[in-house]
Amino acid sequence: MFYREAGDFKTSYKQDNQTFPIKFDRYRYYVVLAFAFLVIPFIINDYWANAILLPFLIYAIAAIGLNILVGYCGQVSLGTGGFMAVGAFACYKLMTSFPEVSMFIHILLAGGITALVGVLFGLPSLRIKGFYLAVATLAAQFFLVWLFNRVPWFYNYSASGQINSPERDVFGIIITGPNAPAWATYLFCLIFLTICAIIARNLTRGTMGRTWMGIRDMDIAAEIIGVNPLTAKLSAFAVSSFFVGVSGALFFSVYLGAVEVGEVFGIQKSFLVLFMIIIGGLGSIFGSFAGAAFLVVLPVALKVVGVDLLGWPTDIVAHFQFVIIGGLIVMFLIMEPHGLAQLWRVAKEKLRLWPFPH
Amino acid sequence: MDDGYITEDGRKIGGVVMEMKNITLRFGGVVAIKDISFDIREGEIRAIIGPNGAGKSSMLNVISGFYIPSEGEVFYKGSKRPQMRPFEVARQGIARTFQNIALFEGMSVLDNVMTGRLNHMQSNLFQQALWSGKAEREETANREVAEKVIDFLEIQHIRKTPVSRLPYGLKKRVELARALAAEPQLLLLDEPMAGMNVEEKEDMCRFILDVNDEFGTTICLIEHDMGVVMDLSDRVVVMDYGKKIGDGTPNEVRNNQEVIDAYLGVSHD
Repeated sequence: MFYREAGDFKTSYKQDNQTFPIKFDRYRYYVVLAFAFLVIPFIINDYWANAILLPFLIYAIAAIGLNILVGYCGQVSLGTGGFMAVGAFACYKLMTSFPEVSMFIHILLAGGITALVGVLFGLPSLRIKGFYLAVATLAAQFFLVWLFNRVPWFYNYSASGQINSPERDVFGIIITGPNAPAWATYLFCLIFLTICAIIARNLTRGTMGRTWMGIRDMDIAAEIIGVNPLTAKLSAFAVSSFFVGVSGALFFSVYLGAVEVGEVFGIQKSFLVLFMIIIGGLGSIFGSFAGAAFLVVLPVALKVVGVDLLGWPTDIVAHFQFVIIGGLIVMFLIMEPHGLAQLWRVAKEKLRLWPFPH
Repeated sequence: MDDGYITEDGRKIGGVVMEMKNITLRFGGVVAIKDISFDIREGEIRAIIGPNGAGKSSMLNVISGFYIPSEGEVFYKGSKRPQMRPFEVARQGIARTFQNIALFEGMSVLDNVMTGRLNHMQSNLFQQALWSGKAEREETANREVAEKVIDFLEIQHIRKTPVSRLPYGLKKRVELARALAAEPQLLLLDEPMAGMNVEEKEDMCRFILDVNDEFGTTICLIEHDMGVVMDLSDRVVVMDYGKKIGDGTPNEVRNNQEVIDAYLGVSHD
């Protein structure tokens, strides 16, 4: 009843190839976009921005990136935290070396540098798959964090070993540092997320996406049909790392402002983003959003319910969070390996006919 | 060069497209193929038959670049083929299907067929990322070719279905569609009719003949069903224990004593 595709005919392949082939989806997408860009900036406050919206936007970029690698190309990676750190430190070095250049450029360049590093650490994927590749990327994770801890050049020889984001503005609006208004940081991240999501969608619905999925589903058959495994895998690593790098740069410069690499970009971060795409749905852009939203909102919701409403001690609620996330991951892996995105698809299938099942 | 021959049913067969010269393939001490030579001519349907373990699939793997022959040379379109990876062979216009279906299970039928068009795609990563004019035109143009193949093989009704949901017979057909979408000059079919019932076999035969007839595609196939092989093929290579024991038209092969021995066995008295 709400969700109709009857009468929504397509007369060209171009129409059939749209991101949202169903009219209802398309309009909802425009509404969501308009709401995010035109309404939220006016009602946002510091609490909402810092507790929910900024982490959601930034993690969604990282989740899209990792989903391209793991969900679309089938190359398991546990190095997300390390690659985010590359993005953060690249951004820091660029910000401090070229203060007059726009932040937009810095973030994009940080993504580009991370893409190069990603390709480098993606090289083992040409010889190894699955668990072994996961271990190889785990090595990347530890190596990169160690590197940023040990080489003082990366943190500009500061005494604490931390990196601090200096105040920078875009078109006169401050977006980094403690004086940045919530709506500006929010919009800045939202622009990047929108661009990243559109790029990811374009890549995955076209030739590149089919190449990646071919490698994921059956690499031998992909090779026999003309896929060069080298370029397919390395391009997945490059694109994925670009997104992860952008998210790392935003995480450091816009969201946190100060970063101690081992604490922020440790192995927990890799797992967190991996959990996001498992819960959200492997091989789905929407799933990356859903997973990021879920894992960002869950701790906040638990805190509101547990601490504020029920009056439980904070540490118990914090422990509950681990139990619930752990349980959910096991549940999803068993019951719905394609995650929230699949649940959403099933719900849509049902809604197409509801309330008249014939 | 010679210029082919006329088949019994009056089709004209062209010159040699692919020539295998003294191919030997060893895996350690096991000799899978022993000094085999044969050729495939333009426009013909060439069959490779033989009992289980004769080395037929290995032969196909040599042609498609999966195995590198230990000895011998492969000539393609008149020139010696250097050592190549399978994807480079594919780019030369050779497509194949597999004995146990090798489709991309997580993708829809349409996407599977579209992967067959990969070698005809030229837009780069950035054009695709922005879905620029070129990427979009290319997608649409190749979609048209893919849809033609889908029409041809009569799988329109399942084009958006994920492959993992399809029954065996249809999967075989989708795999053929993917290979055909590449518009190959030489199509290799590894047991296209294995595990099918009579009707599905008849459908598949019809498709193979139609492909050969309409697109002029050269076809090299491996098959166990003798009826099918004798009906379809123009010339047959017979292998046994890695050796070639017969080569010729179906009738010649049928009356070859060595072939009869290999299939029916010889009494050792």
